[in-house]
Amino acid sequence: MIDFELSEATESVKAMVHAAAEALMRPVCREYDENEHAIPWDFVRFMWDSTQDSDTNLAARKPRKNGATLSERHVQLAVSIEELSWGDAGMYLAMAGPGLGGAAVAAAGTTEQKLRFLSRFRSGKPKWAAMAITEPGCGSDTSAIQATAVRDGDQWVLNGTKIFCTAGHKALMESEGFVVVWATVDKAAGRAGIKAFIVEHGTPGIMVAKLEHKLGIRASDTAMLVLEDCRVPLDNILGSPEVPKTSEGFKGVMATFDATRPAVAASAIGIGRAAVDFVRKALENGGTTIRYGVSAARLTAVERDFMEMESLLQAARLLTWRAAWMMDRGMHNNLEASMAKAKAGLAVTQITQKAVEILGPLGYSRALLLEKWMRDAKINDIFEGTQQVNMLIVSRRILGYSSRELS
Amino acid sequence: MVSFELSEEQRLLRESVAAFAIEQMRPAARDADERGEVPRVIVDKAWELGLVTSAIPESYGGFGDPRSALTGAIVLEELGYGDLSIALHVLAPRLLLYPLIDHGTEEQKKQWLPGFAGAAFRAATAAVVEPSMTFDLSGLATTAVPESAGFVLRGHKVFVPLADSSDVLLLYARRADRPAGTRPVDGYRAVDAFVVERAAAGLTIGPPEKNMGIKALQTHELRLEDLRVDRSARLGGEAEIDFARLMNRSRVALAALAVGVARAAYDYAREYAKERRAFGVAIAQKQAIAFMLAEMAIEIDATRLLLWEAAWKIDRGEDGMREAYLAKQYAANMALKVCDNAVQVLGGHGYIRDHPVELWLRNSRGFASFEGMAIV
Repeated sequence: MIDFELSEATESVKAMVHAAAEALMRPVCREYDENEHAIPWDFVRFMWDSTQDSDTNLAARKPRKNGATLSERHVQLAVSIEELSWGDAGMYLAMAGPGLGGAAVAAAGTTEQKLRFLSRFRSGKPKWAAMAITEPGCGSDTSAIQATAVRDGDQWVLNGTKIFCTAGHKALMESEGFVVVWATVDKAAGRAGIKAFIVEHGTPGIMVAKLEHKLGIRASDTAMLVLEDCRVPLDNILGSPEVPKTSEGFKGVMATFDATRPAVAASAIGIGRAAVDFVRKALENGGTTIRYGVSAARLTAVERDFMEMESLLQAARLLTWRAAWMMDRGMHNNLEASMAKAKAGLAVTQITQKAVEILGPLGYSRALLLEKWMRDAKINDIFEGTQQVNMLIVSRRILGYSSRELS
Repeated sequence: MVSFELSEEQRLLRESVAAFAIEQMRPAARDADERGEVPRVIVDKAWELGLVTSAIPESYGGFGDPRSALTGAIVLEELGYGDLSIALHVLAPRLLLYPLIDHGTEEQKKQWLPGFAGAAFRAATAAVVEPSMTFDLSGLATTAVPESAGFVLRGHKVFVPLADSSDVLLLYARRADRPAGTRPVDGYRAVDAFVVERAAAGLTIGPPEKNMGIKALQTHELRLEDLRVDRSARLGGEAEIDFARLMNRSRVALAALAVGVARAAYDYAREYAKERRAFGVAIAQKQAIAFMLAEMAIEIDATRLLLWEAAWKIDRGEDGMREAYLAKQYAANMALKVCDNAVQVLGGHGYIRDHPVELWLRNSRGFASFEGMAIV
């Protein structure tokens, strides 16, 4: 049965997360925007402690008594991420937890690896796991990865440079975390030769070379990592070490993104909603009510703009919920995840830019958060696959083309 | 709990309507558009499907199927996919019957419903839209002035489907004795509807209108000149009708039809782009084309979800004004853009009437202007 109502369990999680976002994120978010790279430890510790037993914690995979909650896990995750990003997207990205690195382990790791790498997120101090894919010379085209992994006895030896690694610094330097590093074991094999390796904190040969200064999401660290003869145990490779004839193994790792793209879309929606909520209130305070139900010809330009913002936001949210719901149902959601990500990234870019415009000089001022949300929003149109890469994935899916047929 | 899965019943219904749309409506669409007429044989087949009679309660001779805006929207998308003109023609009786079922008095239902539960198509319609740039559902210009025996209706309506072949029509007018108010909701509350026979004195039905699209659907201009109706003609008798709710149903219906038209254009353009070759490859293998198609696919899905949500709210008894209104606006813009892009993907061929995309572009343009189709 088609249903747009969240379960009671998800509604209560949503209310809880929203309260945390309002109390712990909003009051300090400007401060962490201005003091780039400062870690919001109070917030990080609070969230770490209070989400240890959460169903949406990727590490907490054990089935819970409350079956209803579990069957809506990804929808609940999307809803929670929206609330957190409504509070502050940069701080949300700075939260400790398995994150992207954990998602890769969950998607491509063996049972033993999941236990070995993910159990740490259920106890102790806050920890981060990051994913290192992008290099100075390649982003979306992961088949062009230059970092190498060479087998030497019972170890892999990693060399290369990785950039734009979200939470890379916190994973390696601020916690007992790890980074999932993508490297090729056979350059001639192209995509099929790309493998993912777990590099633990404290491993010699991996260095944080630089922290990037960014347009937005400044509370989130974006690290450049240099690997020089970095040695990791043989069984730190995710999936099989074999180089298959096809790119099946690569697809396994790429499947990580089917899970993370709806999460990115949900974060985008949180920022968009912050802007829509703010503008609605500002218009109401200024005596403008939005007249749903009058003919389009009678609408003012501001009403029209605002309605467009609302529709874009809800369209993105429903596409995202659908992609998350499909995951909960165990359905393949590659197409729908990319649809949601492409739509949400673009929608919130448009929404937040329009919000700044509607508020006029106030929108441009750092006295309000609108300009920050506009800066924060833009990342969602870029990371986890740019707008264009997601459009390419959607295109291939709807046309039934391989990456060779449509490049 | 959030779910995007159709019920078994909805799935089966969609399948059967989709089959009708593809096998019966689509092959007839071009000729119907050129001739400005929906073939009788299609109308009869649609009637046999029970598209109109199913919602008439059993006590009035129908099947008494429970009505759902959401299920209705699923059906309308498929009919819109088949052909918009034909869809609006075969569903036109709903324009009278659904408001009657929702708001009619026992007397009114008894008088009118059984006549539409028969084996053959019988036309009926409703008049909502007015010929004005500032036409507004929350401020109708057509008025109903109360007098001792009933009401006097004065006004001017357009886009009234099948008006000339209907022997009974539903006319919407603003009660001149009710406050206009300042909020849209006041304007909606001021509206009444009247069940009027075609032969009523003061009702003039114009010749078929010449529209840019939906050419196979006969629409007419109506003039209401001191049209006197008895008190008993007022829909619902002494009770209020919920005009806003009827128009929200209309918005969901139009949005669903728009998604159907857009999906028709998208499917056609996608298959064409995979066949048509340029520079040694299928044009779909060029990102410039592929990305247009991807955007069409995303927007069609997004719009469907928006209107489903609005329909779901209506089915739950909520007002749904905001959702239905936004979904309809979004759908009108989306359908136009998707159909325009479909013409663009076909290039010069898209402009030629040998292909259906130009027809869909003309039809989709109408969604910004269409209102008053309370047919879910």
